[in-house]
Amino acid sequence: MLDRDEDILKAAEDWQKAGRGVALATVVETWGSAPRPAGSSLVINDEGTFLGSVSGGCVEGAVVTEAMDVIQSGKPRMLEFGVADETAWNVGLSCGGTIRVFVEKVG
Amino acid sequence: MKLAILHELNAERAARRPVILVTDTESGEQRLVKAEDFSKDPLRAELDKQLRMGKSASVEAGGKKLFLNVYAPTAKLVIVGAVHISQALAPLARSLGYDVTVVDPRTAFASPERFPDVPLVAEWPDTALPPLNVDAYTAFVAVTHDPKIDDPALLHAFERNCFYIGALGSRKTHAKRGDRLRAQGAKESDIARIHAPIGLAIGAVSPSEIAVSIMAEITAVLRLPPKEKEEAA
Repeated sequence: MLDRDEDILKAAEDWQKAGRGVALATVVETWGSAPRPAGSSLVINDEGTFLGSVSGGCVEGAVVTEAMDVIQSGKPRMLEFGVADETAWNVGLSCGGTIRVFVEKVG
Repeated sequence: MKLAILHELNAERAARRPVILVTDTESGEQRLVKAEDFSKDPLRAELDKQLRMGKSASVEAGGKKLFLNVYAPTAKLVIVGAVHISQALAPLARSLGYDVTVVDPRTAFASPERFPDVPLVAEWPDTALPPLNVDAYTAFVAVTHDPKIDDPALLHAFERNCFYIGALGSRKTHAKRGDRLRAQGAKESDIARIHAPIGLAIGAVSPSEIAVSIMAEITAVLRLPPKEKEEAA
């Protein structure tokens, strides 16, 4: 309940209505000590502006890059981040958890 | 997410009505389920559970991987009575994620010195309460010990269907309160909703300990399934 995504979803709607391409990334599963719980979300527009978070800042960069592709293609995709990833040291979670993030286009 | 769904989701959230967004994470298909429609939904058991916990989760149903994203309004706590217990209760409730407001017409009690950083309304309940939008996601406690303040506040809480209503006072005090409220038109079922003596029986002595027992009781009412809730009470 401390988690207030109010502004994030409002921004998603406002940006979409203003004609921007918009994607929404949502944490759908977590294992181990993940920094944000399931349901946490990040909204991204086609200018690369984003609001919210899906981790403690460790993987947002990678999510934004993927979101750009999703805005282009319109096809949702599932991303997974964690220490088991070969990219762990680049965009993994330093806390040792694993998260799955669903990225979808808005509109 | 379709714009129509996003628009509806934002409207429901603005109105402080709980909803769950169900997403098939393979196909991307989505639907929004309002709390009033849970009982007709094939996923009702899962929806009920996740809403009660206030937690989003992935589930498997009918061979599909579904993500249930729970949008529950932020719970509020309205404390009527800017007394010593409230000074401990307000920060404790805030740390548990509640939006807290303290109401007391007695300005000597409702002073910013006594309640730093807590929204205070130094008005009588009839004036103070309507703008607070007390609702089903509000826990309501009346702790002034003064019937002139507590009674009208409790009548307001009945009307707004608060998920928790508690009032300070012994069983004897509470019996008298019941008589007064009945005389003012309260239903028996409303009076039965009041948790009094307030708080879980943990032998609390100090104001801070009483605050813990109150928040423990509120948490139990919010989170426990109906059957276990009865056993805890």
